[in-house]
Amino acid sequence: MSETTSTSTAPAPMADSTKPLASEPKGKTGAARILASRDAVTIYALIAFLLYAAIAIPRFASPVTTGFLLLDVIPVLLIAMPMTLIIVTGEIDLSVASTAGLTSALMGVLWAGGMDIWLVLAISLLAGVAAGMFNGFLIAVLGLPSLAVTIGTLALFRGLALVIIGDNAVANFPKPLTAFFTSKLGGTGIPTVMIGVVLVMIFFGVLLHFTPFGRGLFAMGYSKEAAGFVGINVARSKFWLYVGSGAVSALAGIYWTLRYTSARSDNASGLELAVIAAVLLGGVSIFGGKGSIPGVIAGVLLIGTLNYALRLARVSDVVLITVTGLLLIFSVVAPSVGAAVKDWRHTRRVRRSFSQKAA
Amino acid sequence: MMLNRKNTGPTGRLASLVAVTAAAALALTACGGGSGSTGGSSSSAAGGGGGDLKITFIPKQLNNPYTDVVLGGGKKGAQEAGFGSSQVVGPLEASASSQVSFINAETQAGTNVITIAANDPDAVCTALGEARSAGAKIVAFDSDTNPDCRDVFISQVVAKEVALIQTKLISQQIGGSGEIAILSATANATNQNEWIKFMEEELASNPAYKDIKLVAKVYGDDNDTKSFQEAQGLLQAHPNLKGIISPTTVGIAATARYLSTSAYKGKVALTGLGLPNEMRPFVKDGTVKEFALWDPAQLGYVAAFAGKALIDGKITGAEGDTFTAGELGERKVEKGGLVIVGPPTVFNADNIDKYNF
Repeated sequence: MSETTSTSTAPAPMADSTKPLASEPKGKTGAARILASRDAVTIYALIAFLLYAAIAIPRFASPVTTGFLLLDVIPVLLIAMPMTLIIVTGEIDLSVASTAGLTSALMGVLWAGGMDIWLVLAISLLAGVAAGMFNGFLIAVLGLPSLAVTIGTLALFRGLALVIIGDNAVANFPKPLTAFFTSKLGGTGIPTVMIGVVLVMIFFGVLLHFTPFGRGLFAMGYSKEAAGFVGINVARSKFWLYVGSGAVSALAGIYWTLRYTSARSDNASGLELAVIAAVLLGGVSIFGGKGSIPGVIAGVLLIGTLNYALRLARVSDVVLITVTGLLLIFSVVAPSVGAAVKDWRHTRRVRRSFSQKAA
Repeated sequence: MMLNRKNTGPTGRLASLVAVTAAAALALTACGGGSGSTGGSSSSAAGGGGGDLKITFIPKQLNNPYTDVVLGGGKKGAQEAGFGSSQVVGPLEASASSQVSFINAETQAGTNVITIAANDPDAVCTALGEARSAGAKIVAFDSDTNPDCRDVFISQVVAKEVALIQTKLISQQIGGSGEIAILSATANATNQNEWIKFMEEELASNPAYKDIKLVAKVYGDDNDTKSFQEAQGLLQAHPNLKGIISPTTVGIAATARYLSTSAYKGKVALTGLGLPNEMRPFVKDGTVKEFALWDPAQLGYVAAFAGKALIDGKITGAEGDTFTAGELGERKVEKGGLVIVGPPTVFNADNIDKYNF
């Protein structure tokens, strides 16, 4: 996050020059930095698209949109929170959607078996925590690469879900509960469950940006060794991140099951890629060390709004996935291109200053 | 990696802003087209009457040859029944919850009739409930939703008939005895599972089939590659397999393609539900003797007329209601809001050239 331009990029011959390069720009600080940061750009894009959709797409600007749109993005929004923290440390969790599917399958079987619904929910949540602990154990304690481990558990958890519920689908969940999961707060169109989602967002936002633990995650993203030397317990941090990810994935699984009133083994399949796409669009670097919760929320909402608006305009899904794909590539490529251009100009400036000195 | 660590200066921000705007602009252009016609979905203005009535078809998934034929019939029916516009929207993958956001968007767009082939009978229910309270009529076709969530269900044929004809065909082709397997679509597909249930009952109860043993049920998820691999796996896992029933057009075509290039060609029988155009080469080269299907275009056609009848208040979905489905004549609503389109057709080398779908 806090790079300054000169330290690493300045060439060695600078040592014999007493004067600094006058025209070298300094890194921005304070409000200017925040307003022009990578995640702020996502927020501007979101606002711009919302304005466009409200004007150009009939019926878009209504509380109904808010309701349907938010109900659609809630699972992605939930899982994106722990995913942001994990990607900031330079790791990844691909098993999130399978954990949600496993939770859903477990809910179905336990409820069909006649268990009390609150106990079913508690056990399902614990199952998610256990799945996260399993990932955490393999990655943090045994030190295995997170990509390999979670590709494995992606298949493993989905397989377990199939073992648990098989080809069946359980649909007869209590009506008041399923109705609650699609209910709206008065005339605002905001789903009631958003209250819980906002709490999760605040929790992870505060954890990442306002605690020593969160600062430690950024440090880990830059260099795990260095983070270890300055006293951050890298293994323990990683372990708890995966436990958190498992717990939130379970919440998403429970939400999915009750929102669609259907517990099945294939619920939420493919969701992990939607989450990672939204997190990257929100300005988190896949290499770790960079990113923010507000940016990610904007990223999730941008993809969600784009999807919903295009669907409302009856644009074919083929066009839709192409648009979101291009958007993602642009958002990742553009800063790199920008950095390359800047680097080239910097080098040229340094060369020119040297040739002036030599003359 | 190094590239990414470098400071992104004003130029970088500008570049990414430009990029995002460009992508958004791209989306906008797409939207502009969307109001008229885009990709697979097109709106057709009916010549006379109908006014502003809108019908939308939501198939299980887009880009499926069978679905395309059903929807072709649906478009024709919608125009003849007098709808002002007809749309096709739907997911690219046949998953349970993927249809919900399409239903939501249609609800908001004020569509009068939503015609849906449900990937999961219950997952779409809440969304359909909201659509109904907004005034839309719901016609399920091809694959039913929970009966509480729709007005009528347009069924190809009586499910039992479809099952029986497939068991009869496989029995004839393997000479009445031996091991058989089923290669279906998704494990949760309502219609496929109903047929399989009837097939199993028939195999167990009919003495004529006492020597036939169902050894495996596998699922190709209506995905060509997966079905192909499942077929391959089936024959490897069951060396004594004599026949395969594939009650899905994607599955039967993939299996036929595998059989036709393998040593099992002509030795392992294959039947099920297929599209004549896709199965023609395999019938001609001897991989497949006979398979069955109804005329899928009629399904969409009847669904459109049922939707119109519901809007006009001619039918309510109650048992005994009747309506006229254009050139197909009168159709009756049976118990549970069921409307039957017609009996299945058996295709073989003699008659396959007469059909083009």
